[in-house]
Amino acid sequence: MAILDSKVPQGVPLKDKWTTHKDKIDLVNPANKRLIDVIVVGTGLAGGSAAATLAELGYNVKAFAYQDSPRRAHSIAAQGGINAAKNYQGDGDSAYRLFYDTVKGGDYRSREANVYRLAEVSANIIDQCVAQGVPFARDYGGLLDNRSFGGVLVSRTFYAKGQTGQQLLLGAYSAMNRQIARGKIEMFNRHEMLDVVIVDGKARGIIARNLVTGEIERHSAHAVVIASGGYGNVYFLSTNAMGSNATAAWKIHKKGAYFANPCYTQIHPTCIPRSGDYQSKLTLMSESLRNDGRIWVPKNMEDVMAIREGRKKPTDLSEEERDYYLERRYPAFGNLVPRDVASRAAKERCDAGYGVNATGEAVYLDFKSAIERYGKEQAKLQGIDNPSAAKITELGEKIVEAKYGNLFQMYEKIVDDNPYKTPMMIYPATHYTMGGIWVDYNLMTTIPGCYAIGEANFSDHGANRLGASALMQGLADGYFVLPYTIGNYLSNDIRTGKISTDTKEFDEAEKAVKDRIDFFVNNKGEHSVDYYHKKLGKIMWEKCGMSRNEDGLKAAMKEIKALREDFWKNVKVPGKAGEMNPELEKAGRVADFLELGELFAKDALERNESCGGHFREESVELDGLQKGEAKRNDKDFAYVAAWEYKGEPADAVLHKEELEFKDIELKQRSYK
Amino acid sequence: MNLTLKIWRQKSSNDKGQMVEYKVSEISEHMSFLEMMDVLNEQLIAAGEEPVAFDHDCREGICGMCSMYINGEAHGPDRGVTTCQLHMRMFNDGDTITIEPFRAKAFPVIKDLVVDRSSFDRIQHAGGYISVNTSGNTQDANALPIAKEAADKAMDAATCIGCGACVATCKNASAMLFVGAKVSQYALLPQGQVEAADRVMAMVKQMDLEGFGNCTNTGACEIECPKGISLENIARMNREYLKASLKG
Repeated sequence: MAILDSKVPQGVPLKDKWTTHKDKIDLVNPANKRLIDVIVVGTGLAGGSAAATLAELGYNVKAFAYQDSPRRAHSIAAQGGINAAKNYQGDGDSAYRLFYDTVKGGDYRSREANVYRLAEVSANIIDQCVAQGVPFARDYGGLLDNRSFGGVLVSRTFYAKGQTGQQLLLGAYSAMNRQIARGKIEMFNRHEMLDVVIVDGKARGIIARNLVTGEIERHSAHAVVIASGGYGNVYFLSTNAMGSNATAAWKIHKKGAYFANPCYTQIHPTCIPRSGDYQSKLTLMSESLRNDGRIWVPKNMEDVMAIREGRKKPTDLSEEERDYYLERRYPAFGNLVPRDVASRAAKERCDAGYGVNATGEAVYLDFKSAIERYGKEQAKLQGIDNPSAAKITELGEKIVEAKYGNLFQMYEKIVDDNPYKTPMMIYPATHYTMGGIWVDYNLMTTIPGCYAIGEANFSDHGANRLGASALMQGLADGYFVLPYTIGNYLSNDIRTGKISTDTKEFDEAEKAVKDRIDFFVNNKGEHSVDYYHKKLGKIMWEKCGMSRNEDGLKAAMKEIKALREDFWKNVKVPGKAGEMNPELEKAGRVADFLELGELFAKDALERNESCGGHFREESVELDGLQKGEAKRNDKDFAYVAAWEYKGEPADAVLHKEELEFKDIELKQRSYK
Repeated sequence: MNLTLKIWRQKSSNDKGQMVEYKVSEISEHMSFLEMMDVLNEQLIAAGEEPVAFDHDCREGICGMCSMYINGEAHGPDRGVTTCQLHMRMFNDGDTITIEPFRAKAFPVIKDLVVDRSSFDRIQHAGGYISVNTSGNTQDANALPIAKEAADKAMDAATCIGCGACVATCKNASAMLFVGAKVSQYALLPQGQVEAADRVMAMVKQMDLEGFGNCTNTGACEIECPKGISLENIARMNREYLKASLKG
């Protein structure tokens, strides 16, 4: 087993590592930057900010997006906010505290030095975004407002209503626009990267398909940056966009980039449940709802049945007939336990048969207590003596509306039910993938000259991501880390000259891409791409979802392999190669998910411990107060699992990067 | 429910295109409009026909990718939603639904219901930004207080998702709500002041070059806008434009 070199600066204290490292990075002089091309795949927060910053520095950037504009990347859908250690509230926040919270929240499975750097540059992100004209929420004094998020002890989350991701992405998009206008970024919208081209062991270009004409194009560069997001759509149903895919990441994996911790997935507890088999995606409701909502299912099975059959309404049940299972199991944190714990507890109740909708996969999120509490408070504030129950409800509903109005409206539009009057129904859904392409401290993959940033890499969130940290990481990588670290590599390329696309390496890569497309459009199969994607999603959800065990994971590997073999025989793709063909696009993406899913199961099988979002039924506390809770095993599993591709996903070879925690003490999480 | 769909089919930008009729059955009222389109497409694939191409991505009303003109309205009959958030409960069993692409000279059809909105991007290239480099040395975010009211108004303008419903709705195919929103966001913030005059001139010039029509104050754009962008933004852009023109 090879030992991976993380290239973390040695012999310097944690807090000085990044500064020292930056001082030693080779610089490329401005005249020489003009001679260097960089490809950026994906234009979300990571890719968009990287493309803009690299172009500002003087590199020639070619950026690729499958959407019709960089502004539509799925970062746009992030609601809650972005963390930064600004300490504007004077509540004792610091880079160290943000670092500490992130490492602990990730259940001690992330790389210390990367996380510290992330916390360190977080404050710069806010300065940069404000300078760009991002309209963050402000208080009446005109200064920036903060909210608290995800159970941490300080208020460090900056936000722009419920559309923080949108505003940050539009900020990065505006920075890109300035460079597009100068000709420093050449933008390729409606293009999809279908392979990376390796020349003399270095990433030197990509093969992309023009999604409007179907043309296959060759693009060369001195370095290739993958910023294509996560692989949550391996589950078919997720909160990701329909087009979100792992193809770019998977292609570089197949050409030599190690894939790290694929089993680390975040399943978010507060999503709107599935309503039928036609369901195409799931919608997230902000985590903030758990601040005021109480989660429950009926105590008695007769009530469950009565509710499912429409004979009873949830509001008919008395307090004694309800099981507030989070409050029961976790008296200290109650409804505010972390995402992974809340998700598993919902699954446990639904698996036991207590799910409250037709599919049996839903629990209640009830605002009745909050409405009453706020209503009484308001009555007192307004000097109303002996207010009637109706008055209290009226006053309380107003407060809840002010806090969560947009979310309640969204829920009502989708479900056609009034959440002020009857409890919401929620169920967990796949939301984010912490695993991804393995990168070193410079964000370079195991392919020289190929980088991975944002959700596409593995580095900062360990086994579980904290709320409001995804936006922070995407922008940190793109604005403040990669543009520096890439200099070290590119400084060796100032005399290389333009990379030719007229070489055998490009010929071969292009031929492989074309052959695969020709296969799809010529295969006279019987099942649509979605047929396979849904089947894969079902295996992943049932066997590699919120809780996993050895038998299930072994079965999943077998079933995915069999499904993949059937796909390559029986898939049916209408239309032609040389035209806009959405089914053909999907076929390529699902083909890659069918391989990634198997590696995912293999990784989950190998990691016989419970940590963060990865829960192994074999690794639980056996007695005491924590009985039945997740048990991490630091002795045997405090490492990053980086997988090397060897032909079949099942044959992937494991390389371990041992994790060292010098500045933080490892503790078991407890929410009892 | 059972529905009759009349859908615009057009093979490519050079093709003439025509309305084609399809039947779908067993549509649940809980489906989103795009899930109903998924059902139709699965049906077409099974029958060996080409599925209908349409733009979509996030399916939660924020990316601005989906763009259908349904029964004569951009994003269909509901208010404050995009097509992906439109639910089938807005329709009745037996309905005939007409589905067309967004139509405007500046939004040429690429295929079926997919249109080319790159003209919007080019307007943004002309001036939709504040010229600040990434350095880590910009001034502290709180060094410059901004009145809450101005920040909130800038945010309201900035929520535009760039879907193009305003253009598709306008009888003149005007893009002034879209451009007005971007001009306003920056005009309301101190950071945007330095380049304000050049920005509005450049963006309006590009808007005209792209072939968008003019505003005649009908206000239909505001009603059909899924994000409720206010007409006030057009007025503010006109003010900014006049101010910049007089400066010379």
